[in-house]
Amino acid sequence: MKGVIKTAAKNESFSYRLWKYEGAPGELIPLLQSAQEHFGYIPRRAINYIAGVTGISESDIYGVITFYSQFRLQPMGKYVIRACAGTACHVSGAKLIRETIEDELGIEVGDTTEDGLFTLNTVACIGCCSLAPVIMINNDTHGRLTPASVRKIIRNYRKKAVEKTDSIASTS
Amino acid sequence: MKRIIVGMGTCGLSAGAQATYNRLEELAEANPDVCMLSRTGCIGMCYREPLVEIREGDNRIIYGGVTSESADKIFSKHVLGNEIIDDDNLVYGCGSDGKTFGSECEFLDQQERIVLRNCGIIDPESIKEYEDAGGYEGARKALNEMTSEEIIQTIKDSGLRGRGGAGFPTGLKWSFAAANEGEQKYVICNADEGDPGAFMDRSVLEGDPHAILEGMIVCAKAIEATFGYIYCRAEYPLAIHRLEIAILEARERGYLGTNIMDSGFDFDLKIKQGAGAFVCGEETALFASIEGERGMPRIRPPFPAEKGLWQKPTNNNNVETFANVPWIICNGAEAYSAFGTEKSPGTKVFALAGKVVHGGLAEVPMGTTIEDLVFKIGGGIKEGKEFKAVQMGGPSGGCIPAVMKNTPVDFESIPATGAIMGSGGMVVMDEDTCMVSIARFFLDFTQKESCGKCTFCRIGTLRMLEILERLTRGEGEPEDIEKLEKLSVQIKEASLCGLGQTAPNPVQTTIRYYLDEYEAHIYDKKCPAGECQALVEFYIEPDKCVGCTLCAKNCPVDAISGKVKEVHVIDDEICVKCGKCLTSCNFGAVKTR
Repeated sequence: MKGVIKTAAKNESFSYRLWKYEGAPGELIPLLQSAQEHFGYIPRRAINYIAGVTGISESDIYGVITFYSQFRLQPMGKYVIRACAGTACHVSGAKLIRETIEDELGIEVGDTTEDGLFTLNTVACIGCCSLAPVIMINNDTHGRLTPASVRKIIRNYRKKAVEKTDSIASTS
Repeated sequence: MKRIIVGMGTCGLSAGAQATYNRLEELAEANPDVCMLSRTGCIGMCYREPLVEIREGDNRIIYGGVTSESADKIFSKHVLGNEIIDDDNLVYGCGSDGKTFGSECEFLDQQERIVLRNCGIIDPESIKEYEDAGGYEGARKALNEMTSEEIIQTIKDSGLRGRGGAGFPTGLKWSFAAANEGEQKYVICNADEGDPGAFMDRSVLEGDPHAILEGMIVCAKAIEATFGYIYCRAEYPLAIHRLEIAILEARERGYLGTNIMDSGFDFDLKIKQGAGAFVCGEETALFASIEGERGMPRIRPPFPAEKGLWQKPTNNNNVETFANVPWIICNGAEAYSAFGTEKSPGTKVFALAGKVVHGGLAEVPMGTTIEDLVFKIGGGIKEGKEFKAVQMGGPSGGCIPAVMKNTPVDFESIPATGAIMGSGGMVVMDEDTCMVSIARFFLDFTQKESCGKCTFCRIGTLRMLEILERLTRGEGEPEDIEKLEKLSVQIKEASLCGLGQTAPNPVQTTIRYYLDEYEAHIYDKKCPAGECQALVEFYIEPDKCVGCTLCAKNCPVDAISGKVKEVHVIDDEICVKCGKCLTSCNFGAVKTR
């Protein structure tokens, strides 16, 4: 098992990490983090690779994955919306913003839209409390939101994605 | 030569500091002889971000709300033309005579900055700037001139107490780890700042990462540890990035590695990223997480000082605690204990957020009253509303009502109110905040974050959450308050770690101070603050309604009537309180009461 990965794709960060693994204890979480970075989520085969290399059973690995909120077992949308549910956002109307997003996208927290564009999650606190209520879309933060402004932001992202696909379609 | 410094902490970047920086970079490159551009961490005035400082010698001028457009004006007038732009955006100024001015100068003037001494002053990605500010002198002194005992005695004398929330005397903690023999000992910095509404540690990590490394080096020498970990939340990518740079630079300069600063002492450290579990802020759970396991707390004893990480003697402190250490070593224990109160010496950083005008970071001497923090530094309540309470200590803490605003903030007075000191998050609430809803909010958090090891924490918090949800829906029963109180006591007694032992605090404090609100939810089926959706009346404010018909179209039960371009009206008899009108209105005309 180890040999296969060694030769397969050692230049890729996740595979490289696996290949480099030398039985150092405590490496499971960093391995899972790099798998997620590589695949966007943790697919079954990544669990399989890690189990093969580390000797940790798949069920134990699954236990660790499901314990930590960072890890995902399902692929995510192109744009991951993380609605802040921290205390400052809560008192500034985060619930209303969350409900507006759910309404705009037609999904609930934790789901991905059918077109694979948006995933909506909540996060305990982004730490931009003075801009509350706040959401993050991928790595961009949007603050001081109102129902109207959050709808506009999401529509802009949707428009951007549609324009991109159109331009790809027209060039090909 | 002028220096242009852009505040680029997470708060600044979210407010658009990158665009401001990019524009200033273009301008500065075109005029290389006039100025130097650099970045810094959080200046503290998060409510006025993006912030740009123009520094020349001792003269400092800080402008707030600087967009890429207004950057042009500042550059041409102030940087090139030497003219200070004296309008509302001049938030802080300090002349060479030490006099301060500017619209927000009170915010900074009333602070005592020890932990934040370099935050917003130096470039966190430059070890040289840290050294120029006196950095690594504390470590040098500790390594070359002091014995372990002397270091521990100095920390003991300073009276420094753990800033993570519990307030355990730091010197005493170090002496335990020092007393335990072992070939391998560890120093851990807990940077898993999980309290929603707290961002002090993030700002220090982003603004002054070397201070934490230096504090850890001093601690390592004191307890004779040779390796350390910084356990940082993965949600703080910028903090991790800056720590990585700091560690590399410190290794290059010989502050980390073997024979550091020619003292014959070896110490190195590594960052471990958390993976999103609140309970990992508890030290034994944190060890489990570093070891690659589910972050579940372990039974104590054995205590970490004896058997911690990998069963080796370990000392674990919070970010802010470590940031204090170099200052104490350099300036002496007495200088530190001169600040604050007798039993809680020194200063404390608070993250002010919520309904307060000046949301941001403030460092004040221990013993400052809540009123001073909220009104003098925080500038009072937004929109002139009434101050109702502050929430301290996050999900483990409690709400302190406005009538107790004279309470000094220290390790003795705050626990007496039923809240906890916590790590320093202070969320201000006004008359529109429902206390039952806030209790439900925190229970929802702790219930999800309970690791599940202890039955009372795992199931007890769920039962409490169910009751609170019922209350906010108007389905409360008279015996619910008693049930909540009983469950609170049981969960506190039967939980292993701090998460369960403190989880009921938000409920207990709100029942204690706002029993009338609970009763209104149960008996009158009303939410006095107008927050609980099921218990309020939806109405349309005639002045704001433009008659766009969007709310009426979205209403699932046709409770809204009105013609195009005319004010709409909601029929409360038909309304099912779903809130669709509230989220669909683009003019903020739908209100609740």
